[in-house]
Amino acid sequence: MQSLILTTATRLLVALLLVFSIYALLRGHNLPGGGFIGGLIGATAFILYTIATSVREARTALRVDPANVAMLGVGVAGLSGLVAGFVGQPFFTGQWLFLFRNGDSYLPLSTVLVFDIGVYMAVFGGILTLVFALEQEI
Amino acid sequence: MSWLLVYPIIIPMMTAVLAFLFRNSPAGRWISVLGTIALLFASISLMVEVLDQGVVAAQMSNWEAPFGITLAADLLGAVMVVITAITGLATVVYCLAEIPERLERLGFHALLQTLLVGVCGSFLTGDLFNLYVWFEVMLISSFGLLVLGGSREQLDGGIKYVTLNLVSTIMFLSGIGLLYGMTGTLNMADLHLAVRGVENTGLLTTIAIMFLVAFGVKAALFPLFFWLPASYHTPPVAVSAIFAGLLTKVGVYALIRTFTLIFDQDVGYTHQIMLWMAVVTMVTGVLGAAAMNDFRRILSFHIISQIGYMVLGLALFTPLGLMGAVFYLVHHIIVKANLFFVAGVAKRIAGSTDLARIGGLYAHAPVLAFLFLIPAFSLAGFPPLSGFWAKYVVVKAALDLEMWVVAGISLAVGLLTIFSMTKIWGAAFWPAHPDGIKPRLSDMPMGERMAMMLPIAALAALTCIIGVLPEPFVLFAERAAQQLLDPTEYVTTVLGVQP
Amino acid sequence: MELLLAITIGVLVATSVYLMLDRNVLRFLFGLVLLSNAVNLLIFGAGRLTAGAPPLIDAGAYAPASVVANALPQALVLTAIVIGFGLLAFALALVYRTYMTLGTVNSDEMRVAEPMDGQDLDTGRLGLGKPDPAQPASGREAGI
Repeated sequence: MQSLILTTATRLLVALLLVFSIYALLRGHNLPGGGFIGGLIGATAFILYTIATSVREARTALRVDPANVAMLGVGVAGLSGLVAGFVGQPFFTGQWLFLFRNGDSYLPLSTVLVFDIGVYMAVFGGILTLVFALEQEI
Repeated sequence: MSWLLVYPIIIPMMTAVLAFLFRNSPAGRWISVLGTIALLFASISLMVEVLDQGVVAAQMSNWEAPFGITLAADLLGAVMVVITAITGLATVVYCLAEIPERLERLGFHALLQTLLVGVCGSFLTGDLFNLYVWFEVMLISSFGLLVLGGSREQLDGGIKYVTLNLVSTIMFLSGIGLLYGMTGTLNMADLHLAVRGVENTGLLTTIAIMFLVAFGVKAALFPLFFWLPASYHTPPVAVSAIFAGLLTKVGVYALIRTFTLIFDQDVGYTHQIMLWMAVVTMVTGVLGAAAMNDFRRILSFHIISQIGYMVLGLALFTPLGLMGAVFYLVHHIIVKANLFFVAGVAKRIAGSTDLARIGGLYAHAPVLAFLFLIPAFSLAGFPPLSGFWAKYVVVKAALDLEMWVVAGISLAVGLLTIFSMTKIWGAAFWPAHPDGIKPRLSDMPMGERMAMMLPIAALAALTCIIGVLPEPFVLFAERAAQQLLDPTEYVTTVLGVQP
Repeated sequence: MELLLAITIGVLVATSVYLMLDRNVLRFLFGLVLLSNAVNLLIFGAGRLTAGAPPLIDAGAYAPASVVANALPQALVLTAIVIGFGLLAFALALVYRTYMTLGTVNSDEMRVAEPMDGQDLDTGRLGLGKPDPAQPASGREAGI
């Protein structure tokens, strides 16, 4: 199905959704959001693109196989848990790094965020694998 | 220390990731082999630790029990992980010869490793909801493995497998929900203490029966087993073998864990039901096998009948009975996977698993015939193989309780098992091949022959070792049974306090 | 509120059991979807209902100031929804594939893996490899 309105709107919406998905991912630790929601929003962007164009074009636009992204995400999430081992703490204990301390403000980086990024990739890739497969078959 | 509990889960997980990323190259299968070897080492070191220190527990993310997720291993959990690694390794090596590149490209090895993640996770977790999650990991990868390739038979069997297992999953989940509503905790050690304060024991028994049904479907107990003979003979043989070896045993393990740790108040009621379910399971399984005429379908029905013995051991709820159940679990995983491997080789060289269309294996492949006899006799319970001791302990436990009927039936089921094994022997091994084919092992290329025969020989050797030197294994099972019947050590280690 | 929830769960379970008794695998699957939703509500209800008090703590505080809703069942339900979604999506794709391959969604007609008595597993023919015209070759032809 080709719809001029949908294709035009999609161009804007895809970019917007992708940026918003990163935003949701990054604010996730203490506020509503996180890897799962972010991954879903990110996947929505490409699903919208698939509806507006075709599975083939969406795959080309994505460049990588979504299944690989999903598995890599599982790997990243697992590795983030292993970091705690180097400081002698139990598996998955969150490790924090506070950068650019300046009075009360700082940039907190943590293995929790890495885990969330892994979840983002896993959800993003998993949903897209599923949707592409179903979309192609039907 | 506590990290030993994490390795058996994280190693196959990482192997799955790598094997998936390299699925289009031969590297993928070798990553899978190496990862499983690493898993074997990790599981053995965990076993050594548990033998040495007693129960070990680890709190994930440093959240204290019962609030966080706990991993814990007692002797039963540790030995199950070791057996999982052994069976996994045998299967992965066997896959080198059996699985075509087409399936590997679809991510076969990643799915297989994910299955191992789920199985190991189920054996090691100390939290009921976490157990549900590992069950799902195991289930979704088993779905994938079962229908990968998508032949007509696979899809047909897959539908039954998937739907009935989903029902069991939902049953398990509702049981968890209700149990949480009654006790306010899901940590299994904490539940052990919490259920003692519950006033409405009738409701608790109802929940226990929900768990019995949920795990009964997974373990293929009568009358909940119909998905198993419908599906287990359809996927590649290596997949059948690991399913036959491990998946139903996870159900039995979950039954043993929950019905010794949590639901042990109304033993007279719940375990009585379980006892008769076990007896009928034995009988239906072995009769179903007697009616079949296909190598793999006979073996599928025998899984069901053997599950009956394990659950019988649990249902008797005596130290000797539980000891028999633990011993039986270990023995059966090895033997059953091995028989499926033999069926796979027979299919490869003789062309089919249908008993009417194969033959001549004894004349032309005597090594295979010999390696078939070891697990087959072990399954039937011939001394001096592992199955004899397993059956002996369970039957002895039944006799000690003066349950003559139960003991008699289990002995009769053993006889009928021999009947099916002789049926296989009499059709596949003894007479000449109906099409005049000479099924020789040497017809297979050297590499494939090694990959298929090595796991069979190794597992057969293990069966013989357990059979000839049963003492350390029996003593081990006895200690494991003591830990199960008196979970004080488990509870104290997990919660870190005196109860 | 509890009563309303209990009735909802009951209706959902009853509907799903009705659907799951159907021979059509797709209807069975819809029954499963309903059942898993019913169970999610069950867990939610089992964690006790607290209306209008989200389990959030103020910035800087370490504990909630007053009674808040139990967060654990919500986490459990969320996990169960995600897992259920994955499983049911897989099951739906499987049913679709099966329909395309076997040409039926009637579970009584799915006898490829477990053929009728005397039917050959490899070829689908009857009587140990020799076709027997007296017997129908599949459940479908037999009119089951």
